[in-house]
Amino acid sequence: MDLENQGRIKEIAEKYGQDEVVVVLGNADPGGAEVFAETVTIGDPSYAGPLAGVSLGLPVYHIFELKSEVDPSVWQENIEMMELVLDVEGLINSIKERREKYSRYSIPV
Amino acid sequence: MRPVVKGVALSLFHVPTLMAYYGNVPYYERVFKPDSEYLSKLTSTARTYDEVVKYPPNQVFIGNYSPEDLRKISRPWSVNDNFSANRAGEFGEIFNELEFYGWLKIADSFDLVWLEKSFLARVKEILSGHSLFNPSDLKDLGEGRDLEDVKNEINKGNAIPLLCGSEIVGSVRNAHSYDENLKGYPLLEKLSNKASAIVVLRQVINNCAMEAKSIDFVIESSEEAVGDMFQPGGGDLAKAIAEKAQCVNANGVDVRAFCAGPAGAVVIASSLVKSGLFKNVAVIGGGSIPKLGMNSREHVAKGLKPLEDCLGAVAILISEDDGVSPVINLDSVGRHKVGTGSSPQAITTALVSEPLKKLGLSFSDVDKYAPELHNPEITEPAGAGDVPLANIKMIAALATMQGEIKREQMDSFIVERGIVGFSPTQGHIPSGVPFLGWARKEILKGNWKRVMVIGKGSLFLARMTNLAEGFSFLVEKNEPLRELPQPSTLSREYIREVIIEVLQEISGNLGG
Repeated sequence: MDLENQGRIKEIAEKYGQDEVVVVLGNADPGGAEVFAETVTIGDPSYAGPLAGVSLGLPVYHIFELKSEVDPSVWQENIEMMELVLDVEGLINSIKERREKYSRYSIPV
Repeated sequence: MRPVVKGVALSLFHVPTLMAYYGNVPYYERVFKPDSEYLSKLTSTARTYDEVVKYPPNQVFIGNYSPEDLRKISRPWSVNDNFSANRAGEFGEIFNELEFYGWLKIADSFDLVWLEKSFLARVKEILSGHSLFNPSDLKDLGEGRDLEDVKNEINKGNAIPLLCGSEIVGSVRNAHSYDENLKGYPLLEKLSNKASAIVVLRQVINNCAMEAKSIDFVIESSEEAVGDMFQPGGGDLAKAIAEKAQCVNANGVDVRAFCAGPAGAVVIASSLVKSGLFKNVAVIGGGSIPKLGMNSREHVAKGLKPLEDCLGAVAILISEDDGVSPVINLDSVGRHKVGTGSSPQAITTALVSEPLKKLGLSFSDVDKYAPELHNPEITEPAGAGDVPLANIKMIAALATMQGEIKREQMDSFIVERGIVGFSPTQGHIPSGVPFLGWARKEILKGNWKRVMVIGKGSLFLARMTNLAEGFSFLVEKNEPLRELPQPSTLSREYIREVIIEVLQEISGNLGG
């Protein structure tokens, strides 16, 4: 996750509280999704950004997990194509595994 | 007048030392962690020139092997020792670092690049026999400098060193005492871009067996801003490059749109030819020093060789219709508009689906799609995946959503109409246009009828907008235009035939 986004997430979590923030990822690659999920839960694994050593424990989801929360017409217009392209199951599993292990907060989905 | 792709030049410059010292990632690592393990591995694992020549994607880039050949070669390509290779190909050539320093000096009009005398003598000996070398280049190369003088300037902080391996062979001097735009490092970036673009501009003129004086206009489309502290992006690198390619009748402009620059520039160049304003417009893009070694940290960490050790450069000559060369169809150009939206679906619809629909074409009417052509062997270890594969998958998915192909046909669509990435990750270089060499060749051979080139740019990087930019255009077989009879010979019978033909077309479309 680039350093700027790490900084933004840290700032938002500090401003609103860690139990009031949800991170929704749109990664295309399960490997990248894992790194992003770890960054917002246990801290930046590369120890390069503002979240290095910072354990926010935020609830983190892939957008594919939140289909039921999205207006079907918006979904169709913006995301349906990527459902055909990406490894949906692999992405969900990689993030879910890290969320269940590292997130200290959750949302009812 | 229809615009055609008259010729294409694509060349690479293997510059491992420039990567290790001046690629942006290694450069800042050297500033903050000069003793890091990454930096020592970056140098110790760098590829040799022979390895770079033998690297299959590079052979595709310069025109010796086709992208289809590349698909058949097993990966990792980086360990392919049995591949027969040549430094020169139909489109261009792979130059080594010594030769590149020579081109860098030729590109220098202000005595900013100093090369040590004995090194320069070797450069002259090698370059003077090259078919792209002009007699005037000898004067530009000069006589060289004593090593002591070169080192003194570096030690005084007036210049940055140029190295070959661990040996100092020259320097790039500051052109101003405090203007950050004119310091040695940014000047090295700009001059490197200029040098590599000079080579490909000369090459495309040679490839087309034309005279340099026939070029009317040059559009430079890279991601380099040239200027001083009062106008940091002042520009017209195009004219500076045209000058060194002896294009005496040309002037030019720089077009910028991050990675979408070259595709946009081709559309502009084609429009200038179609309007009749110019007959020959060259679109050029030189190489990027900052992008050298961009993913090398990940490569080295995974035990791979740093593969981003080459500058890439491209030149495309757009000319008036010669009746043979493939045509750029300006009847329908794909554009990512301000209101398009930023999801991959919205972008793919705007750049692929909408321009086809406008012409009444289906997804399967296009033989090959050329989106971002990044070499996956470079991007995958860095977590960016296989970019061209992801793009063709999106196109196949859109074709499925629009009912043109069935879901089970997606895989065959992807293989048949996609292209394996073969371009170095030089930003604007991979963005569709390197495929124009192969597109031209295969369309001329009759193997393909129509290809689509797609360029996309990440404008958010400049912090001016969150929007992306995008252009796409179709390159088609040069079918003869139906000759219209002169008004004096227009018969009633002819007009009747045309009206019937049009009505039949309309009723056919209604039925479909």
